[in-house]
Amino acid sequence: MNYLFNLLFLAVLVIGIGYFAKNVKKLIRNIQLGQPINVSDNKSQRLKNMAIIALGQSKMVRRPIAGILHLVVYVGFIIINIEVLEIIIDGIFGTHRIGLTILPTAVYGFLIGTFEVLAVLVFVSVIIFWMRRNFIKLARFWKSEMTSWPKNDANYILYFEMVLMGLFLIMNATDVHFQNIHSGNVISQFIAPLFEGLSANTLHIIERSAWWLHITGILVFLNYLYFSKHLHILLAFPNTYYGKIAPKGQLNNVASVTNEVKLMLDPNVDPFASQPEGTQPDVPAKFGASDVQDLTWVQLLNAYSCTECGRCTSECPANLTGKKLSPRKIMMDTRDRLEEVGKNIDANKGTFKDDGKQLLGDYITPEELWACTTCNACVEACPISIDPLSIIIEMRRYLVMEQSAAPTELNSMMANIENNGAPWPYNQMDRLNWKDE
Amino acid sequence: MSELLKVPTMAECMAEGRQPEVLFWVGAAGSYDDRAKKITRAFVKILNKAKVDFAVLGTEESSTGDVAKRAGNEFLFQMQALSNIELLNAYQVKHIVTACPHSYNTLKNEYPELGGHYNVQHHTQFIADLIKNKRLTIEDNSNLKGKRITFHDPCYLGRANNEYEAPRTLLKNLGVELVEMKRNRRTALCCGAGGAQMFKEPEKGDKDINVLRTEDALETQASIIATGCPFCNTMMTDGVKAKEKEASVKIYDIAELIANAQNL
Repeated sequence: MNYLFNLLFLAVLVIGIGYFAKNVKKLIRNIQLGQPINVSDNKSQRLKNMAIIALGQSKMVRRPIAGILHLVVYVGFIIINIEVLEIIIDGIFGTHRIGLTILPTAVYGFLIGTFEVLAVLVFVSVIIFWMRRNFIKLARFWKSEMTSWPKNDANYILYFEMVLMGLFLIMNATDVHFQNIHSGNVISQFIAPLFEGLSANTLHIIERSAWWLHITGILVFLNYLYFSKHLHILLAFPNTYYGKIAPKGQLNNVASVTNEVKLMLDPNVDPFASQPEGTQPDVPAKFGASDVQDLTWVQLLNAYSCTECGRCTSECPANLTGKKLSPRKIMMDTRDRLEEVGKNIDANKGTFKDDGKQLLGDYITPEELWACTTCNACVEACPISIDPLSIIIEMRRYLVMEQSAAPTELNSMMANIENNGAPWPYNQMDRLNWKDE
Repeated sequence: MSELLKVPTMAECMAEGRQPEVLFWVGAAGSYDDRAKKITRAFVKILNKAKVDFAVLGTEESSTGDVAKRAGNEFLFQMQALSNIELLNAYQVKHIVTACPHSYNTLKNEYPELGGHYNVQHHTQFIADLIKNKRLTIEDNSNLKGKRITFHDPCYLGRANNEYEAPRTLLKNLGVELVEMKRNRRTALCCGAGGAQMFKEPEKGDKDINVLRTEDALETQASIIATGCPFCNTMMTDGVKAKEKEASVKIYDIAELIANAQNL
């Protein structure tokens, strides 16, 4: 009987972490469905980007209100989680507040006091976040892609955080022993009177319940991440590390196209030469992207990292003028399709069975893709280095090079470049006429 | 606009056995578009005033392929890029200046991997250098002194390549009263022309992007909208017309403002 709670705790912990690990494996598997891309360059710059943008939140605070509130929740989340360490040790070994045994009371009190203050700050920030979303109704939270699950998901996360912070404070407030030390109960001493008059036994039951709900709540929240946009708390770090280093204006040059074009331009190549025996033609199966497997794994990581904050969409000139394009939706669609592909693979014993669907058409329409001005406002706005533009370009490449499905006016523009080296139908011999006009 | 400009071509330079210090990449808009040609001529006047030994490719120049690439036609882009690189390398070009941010971005960022390594500058950067090196002086009798001017950041100069200051430095040199739009520098709104939009009708929406951007500019009460891109110039000109403000608000490239101020 003595070890019942210890064993129960261990079981909860193992199941909680085990299930999360299983989903992380699935997450990595899905991301690896993407095409290879070499991101082994510029290691120090990449580390610097991760330190400044993810750890340092440098781009979050460009919008000061949301940025500072987010900073509070982020710092609170990290620091309060030190407390989880104590909870785990107590849970496994059946101790109570092991910190008090191994640390001087003043140090322990300072730590818990800090956690309590942060818990209140987080609680208040989360309530402001909730009001911004549901009462002030900031436009970017009410775009057409933010209905049903994405809308609920955002609120669930906020409720989770409110409840977890509440439980932490209640747990401290009902801990008679802890209250009697008068060290560290900076906030909970004001909550304790709410429970005045209850018997020691009842207080103990409330304290134990809060303790158990707090730790199981944390484990449930951990497992919720995989199903939620909240994954960003983990993926923001690799995402900023692998994010684009080159100037934003630089699009990649498709290497397979370079080989083809070089062959076309080389007068010494025999166009009728057959492929040497035993070699594969080095032409890829597809130019551009029509489905998630055609994108690079960094682009897929981008999709899982997106928190749907909508800063991209709120700066997108196409979206601001009522066009269908929303960079956030591009990322959400990519993630949703990738999840669908992943589930398909799970259901079919590890191989993808054609489901007659793809990212292009079933999720993202050509109308959205053609509305992009490639202005990089979305890339600049993203607080964690997501690049929606690269996905848009990759899908335009598929439309143009595989399907010849460009808007008519663009076909004329391209024909002009082919014929006379300019997007307009002017004679190349007239290129210098401006000199004498 | 009928005086003859001194514009040597690379072919002429080669025939004379000399290598000019910089190649002026004119670009398709600068070569053919009536409005953009004025920018081209203004920039050439500045180059001549500063006695810059430059040349153009003339009829040998061909599209950088930027617009084809952004429309998704990587084949056409690389065809253009590889043949341009062959030509530029044959002329042993080292330094390129262009008044088009799209050409600037493509030549600077996308050509190196394909074998074209050049020191590429936007004309505002090049002119700023001329002033810094005392090769060009902006005299203080500018007719623009104290004029309220706002600068529209071209996406391919600003966000794409992080150059926000060179054009502003030039405007300040002219002694103008520079006023910023609420969306400026890295949050500047696109004019609506990029990504091949210049060559097609916009998708269905409730407003045109250039009109929205023009509203940003009109809010500043500036009498001149300065740009550094021929496409932005067209879009803002159309936007000002749509708002029926063409009598009170003019759109000029920075090169034109400098050339006009110096009576070139």
